Amino acid sequence: MDIVGVLPLDMAGAVIVLWLMLGLLGLAAQRTPKFIHDVIFPLGAVGALALAGIGLWALGVTPNIAVLPLGLPDLPLHLRLDPLSAFFLILLGGASFGVSLFSAGYFRGMAGATLGLLCFQYHLFLAGMTLVLLADDAYMFMVAWEVMALSSYFLVTTDHHVPDIRKAGFLYLLIAHVGAIAILLSFGVMQGGHGIAAYTFDAMRAAQLTPFWASAAFLLALFGFGAKAGVLPLHVWLPEAHPAAPSPVSALMSGVMLKTAIYGILRVTFDLLDTQLWWWGVLALALGLITAVFGVMFAAVQGDMKRLLAYSSIENIGLLLVGIGLTLIFHVYGKDALAALSLTATLYHSLNHAFFKSLLFVGTGTILHATGERNMGRLGGLIHHMPWASVLMLVGVLAIAGLPPLNGFVSEWLLLQAFLLSPGLPNSYINMLVPVAAAVIALAAALAAYVMVKFYGVIFLGQRREEGLEHAHDAGIPERVGMAWLALGCVALGLAPVFVVGQIDHVSQMLLGTALGNAAEGWMFLTPVDTERASYSPLYFLLAVLGVMLVTALAVHRFYHGRLRRGPAWDCGFPAQTARMQDTAEGFGQPIRRIFEPFFKIENELPTPFDTHPKYHGRSDDKLWFYLYLPIRHLTEKLSGWVSLLQHGRIHLYLTYTFVTLVVLLAFV
Amino acid sequence: MMNNSEHILAVAFQLTQLLVVVLAAPLLTGWVNQCQAWLQNRSGAGLLQPYRVLHKLFHKDAVIAHNASWLFRITPYIVFGCMWLAAAIIPIIAVDLPFSQAADVIALVGVFALARVFIALAAMDIGTSFGTLGARREMLVSFLAEPALLMVLFTASMISHSTQLPRIVEALAHHQFVLYPSLAFAALAFVIVLLAENARIPVDNPATHLELTMIHEAMILEYSARHLALIEWASSLKLFAYISIGIALFLPHGIAEVGNWAGLPLAIALLLLKLTVAGAALAVLETLMAKMRIFRAPEFLGTAFLLAVLGLLIHFLLGA
Repeated sequence: MDIVGVLPLDMAGAVIVLWLMLGLLGLAAQRTPKFIHDVIFPLGAVGALALAGIGLWALGVTPNIAVLPLGLPDLPLHLRLDPLSAFFLILLGGASFGVSLFSAGYFRGMAGATLGLLCFQYHLFLAGMTLVLLADDAYMFMVAWEVMALSSYFLVTTDHHVPDIRKAGFLYLLIAHVGAIAILLSFGVMQGGHGIAAYTFDAMRAAQLTPFWASAAFLLALFGFGAKAGVLPLHVWLPEAHPAAPSPVSALMSGVMLKTAIYGILRVTFDLLDTQLWWWGVLALALGLITAVFGVMFAAVQGDMKRLLAYSSIENIGLLLVGIGLTLIFHVYGKDALAALSLTATLYHSLNHAFFKSLLFVGTGTILHATGERNMGRLGGLIHHMPWASVLMLVGVLAIAGLPPLNGFVSEWLLLQAFLLSPGLPNSYINMLVPVAAAVIALAAALAAYVMVKFYGVIFLGQRREEGLEHAHDAGIPERVGMAWLALGCVALGLAPVFVVGQIDHVSQMLLGTALGNAAEGWMFLTPVDTERASYSPLYFLLAVLGVMLVTALAVHRFYHGRLRRGPAWDCGFPAQTARMQDTAEGFGQPIRRIFEPFFKIENELPTPFDTHPKYHGRSDDKLWFYLYLPIRHLTEKLSGWVSLLQHGRIHLYLTYTFVTLVVLLAFV
Repeated sequence: MMNNSEHILAVAFQLTQLLVVVLAAPLLTGWVNQCQAWLQNRSGAGLLQPYRVLHKLFHKDAVIAHNASWLFRITPYIVFGCMWLAAAIIPIIAVDLPFSQAADVIALVGVFALARVFIALAAMDIGTSFGTLGARREMLVSFLAEPALLMVLFTASMISHSTQLPRIVEALAHHQFVLYPSLAFAALAFVIVLLAENARIPVDNPATHLELTMIHEAMILEYSARHLALIEWASSLKLFAYISIGIALFLPHGIAEVGNWAGLPLAIALLLLKLTVAGAALAVLETLMAKMRIFRAPEFLGTAFLLAVLGLLIHFLLGA
């Protein structure tokens, strides 16, 4: 493949260097903000597109390995580009191409100094995520992981003069680091005390761990990566950090960064550890199901559009974890064709989520710029003022709601097929769990449609809820292009599943030793197992729906007429209809709040009939925050109170401690 | 594998069914209404009343609200197209339908969801209090009904080892009259889903404009003339599709095989009989029950969901 002697890994390295240089250039060009958003961000986008191309190229090539003579003495940096990394590079490049183009328009009008810094952090963030995917030793991985975490922390706190944003950023930083410690420990377990040389991933692959230590490594990795991905109960930072960050950054964090955690779980579980145990799969499956339902339930009651999307990301991470759990179960029981099916569904859904969630997050950015409002209860009717944004967002909404023929449906279809094929596992308890899990997945998917109808309906449809919304302007040209790319991705991934599955097969081949393939010849029908069993053709589906619609429209106009008049709304003859009588976001979520009441901590302030200025106020909070996080915080405060007994800030006291320690040590040695 | 002439025949079958369902669906609605009228000691408007209503509506000038957007105008076509397609891919007369290869049972549920999301969005488009109320309630009903339907279909898929409707029907039709315990639970769940999804009593009432209780009617309040006609027709198609699913899953016996021309007249006669009985049964069911409060509906549908999951579990446990 390397005709000119250039390997995909070299090219990926070149993109990283390009991004780092663009970042530095951004720092230097603080006085000319126009240069930053008109030149640097589009160039960064070109780099992203190139990276996606490199990933596509590298999928079918034997793994590239490189050792960089950088880093600590005797600890060079190892890089490796194999199909798993390549797949996630496509995801990273594809989604960030759209987001970077969008940013070129979105950050217009920002002050030069802030913009320069932001440009630096933004490109550092991209480079950090790429390095995470390419790292081939624990040291490199942790450095890249920290670069990613810290640059995204600074991006989240771009508006650091707002106290709430500082708080959100701190929470994110804290959980990111608790997670990082667990990941580091997991690597420590896997290298098994064999010295510095065993810190390469190759040494870990070769290590023979006992089931106990393998389980310890898996659990630590699940905890650490789970904290980054937002798996329950480590999800609390998502709904705080995502609304705080500028919208393109939220898009990258939710669409791409969460996937690096999924990458990490896959890398550790299927690549670095050589044996897997069945109960890991059950644990991942159960955690995934809880996370998915929790996420979508909370998404349904949110009033802030970015918080809603953050909870929806939690739901999708849950679905991904379900896929991983299922893959594990099948793999352990030797049903590799089914494992390949569920792994394909997982990876497909990762890619889908990267596109539609990035699209929706940048879309909220457009709305925020146009109206200055994040609270959905103050929006409405934007479809008339933002035609581009409303059409492109509709694509994202339909895709995330899992409706055919868009991409969200394909991965859901694959996942459900995996469930349907599961009978015949030797463990009867798992056999019982599977249908229940399928039911929960179906429930979460149906609730996601509820959430998305609310999201789109309250923001774009209906009457304007506030004065001034009629001045809302549509997205600018670069923003439209960025959103159109992401929307196009949702459509293309939905219509060409056979091609995508064919690419994912390289990854399944690497991780599981088998690939899904396509039972039927031809690219029209997705037939994961065999043609008798199941098949789906989104293109035929789309053509049929469009054909039937066209026939209907033509027939109606041919045999009858197309006359149309406009008049006031009917509304059962009620004349005094105002915009305040529509559902707000809270109103639309009220049935969910009522049905799932035990899961929320609900505070309602209702006016009495005698109030002259009646005010209604309702909050639904996460119980975990009050019953898990606050006790931990109190405990930490108490412990640090005790520790502070030792601290008096006088140097001679500390010298005494040192002296006593030395004496004690001498007495022992 | 099929040869060429069989392929052409199958496509012809598919197109015929497409045409037959769209023309016959309002008749089924008319039959259900007529049965209800008889049960309520009324003489009723006759079997052909739905056609007269559609004809009248198509003739009228469409009036839409000042602030209706493009979404509001294309929704009737999308909903009609989805329901038409859904009704056309369910094997009821003959097993072999080429289009059901492109869309299996999961996609069928997806088609219903697509139509539902669009109609809910269109209901919110004008921004009236009834519209949003209807959209919210519709989504509330469907978030429990949709997974229940999926579980019912899964039970059938598990038995037949396929998610393709023709294969499911083939497998179930060949099993003589063996009673599957899992299918019994599924059938019960399916009846509840059918009532809820087609806006029938006890969840909703298709014949009411009583403001506080309506769901489906609240969503389509702003539609008139041809748009309303298409939506009404789509509702008929949806009812037809659901009853067809019921017949295909629970009473598939007597369906014609691929290329079995001799069996076709019998198959059609049997189908007419099944549809007549099912329509009448629906009318009886609706007459016997009272409309329930909206917040009782989730419990009612939750029962359906649990029954469907139980059916699936029983299949896993007993293998039947």
